[in-house]
Amino acid sequence: MANDPIHQFVINEIVPINIAGMNFSFTNSSLFMVATAVGAAAFLYLTTSSRGLIPSRLQSISEMSYEFIANMLRDAAGTHGMKFFPLVFSLFMFVLVANLFGMFPYFFTVTSHIIVTFVLAMLVILTVVVYGFYKHGFGFLKLFVPHGVPGILVPLVVAIEVISFLSRPISLSVRLFANMLAGHITLKVFAGFVTSLSAMGAVGIAGSVLPLAMTVALTGLEFLVAFLQAYVFAVLTCMYLNDAIHPGH
Amino acid sequence: MFVTPGYAQETAPASGDAHGAATPGAAETGAHTEAAADAHGKAGFPPFEPTYFPSQILWLAITFGLFYVFLKKVVLPRIGSILEVRRDRIAHDLDTAARLKEDADAAVAAYEQELADARAKSNRIANEARDAAKAEADAERKEVETALNARLADAETRIASVRASAMKDVGAIAEETATAIVQSLVGSADKAAVASAVKSVRE
Repeated sequence: MANDPIHQFVINEIVPINIAGMNFSFTNSSLFMVATAVGAAAFLYLTTSSRGLIPSRLQSISEMSYEFIANMLRDAAGTHGMKFFPLVFSLFMFVLVANLFGMFPYFFTVTSHIIVTFVLAMLVILTVVVYGFYKHGFGFLKLFVPHGVPGILVPLVVAIEVISFLSRPISLSVRLFANMLAGHITLKVFAGFVTSLSAMGAVGIAGSVLPLAMTVALTGLEFLVAFLQAYVFAVLTCMYLNDAIHPGH
Repeated sequence: MFVTPGYAQETAPASGDAHGAATPGAAETGAHTEAAADAHGKAGFPPFEPTYFPSQILWLAITFGLFYVFLKKVVLPRIGSILEVRRDRIAHDLDTAARLKEDADAAVAAYEQELADARAKSNRIANEARDAAKAEADAERKEVETALNARLADAETRIASVRASAMKDVGAIAEETATAIVQSLVGSADKAAVASAVKSVRE
């Protein structure tokens, strides 16, 4: 592979599909989306197939992720929020598995593309807006008018709240995308140092120990980030859903 | 880097070609690597490449949609039921344990009650036996005492009669002896006088 930190994000068409002048090709990104969905679904499905009263280790992982997200959602949005549990759980698992798949060398990281994270973020925000208006009608707009604000300040506060609400899909998507992108580039740059230094003879090989150690440490960090960003995405989703369910706060 | 969508779309196919050509040789020389980087520079930063936005949106919608439906319909109800069954089972087992403990406590209480009853009964039996033995011994002793008293009284009567007869004989013997003594001293004895004399001495 080329010693180019950006190369890993390039999309290649596997099955070119063009409809109405738009490119709907099945690409390496699509392939890893399929792998993510199939991998996560298969893991959850197969590990729970025995329905063990005493769970095996793998079944424990599935159960723990279930209870982890369920508790997170219940804490953030209350019991009314549990109707969104499948959505939050799917988002968390999809993002987590996509991030973790990205950690394999030569694998494509689905979440390192802004459009993917943006679509996921818009899915969350549209769910919040649609459900908020469906459930509370125009009462949903109380979300932008916090309690106990002096009359003069209301227009200013409302403006701030609206801007903060509109920036949510951007911050949600950019946070995940930028973390994955920056992490993978950093990893690749340090790994690249190892190969280019080793090509410079004995001194270079000795010198390449440092970036190699850095690469190993960064790999560990990236696994943490992969989990953490999926967690953050899920937590923020829960908090935004709470706004849709209880806009008065 | 941040190219306009129109420009990126224009150059996208060319960048793909340039990239494909650069890749095999890139590891050999730095020059090729730079060439590949230049090709990307022209094509735009891949994560912002709008050419593939429709493709990514479509395939994300398909894969995530199916993933969501599968989880919602199959996986989550299954995990939920596993957890619920386990919760029920634990609650049920705890109930059973509590019930068994109650049974055990009741059995212990019954056992202690029976033990106390048995102890009281044995005390009663022992007391009764002791009382009966005591009464029997008392009765026997009384019987023996009565018999002894009777024999004592008998003996006393006999002694008294013996003594009385002996005392009666003493008078006659004394008269005879006195008569004999008086006869040997005086030569004759007045029986009546002797008798009265003896009588007066004795009294």
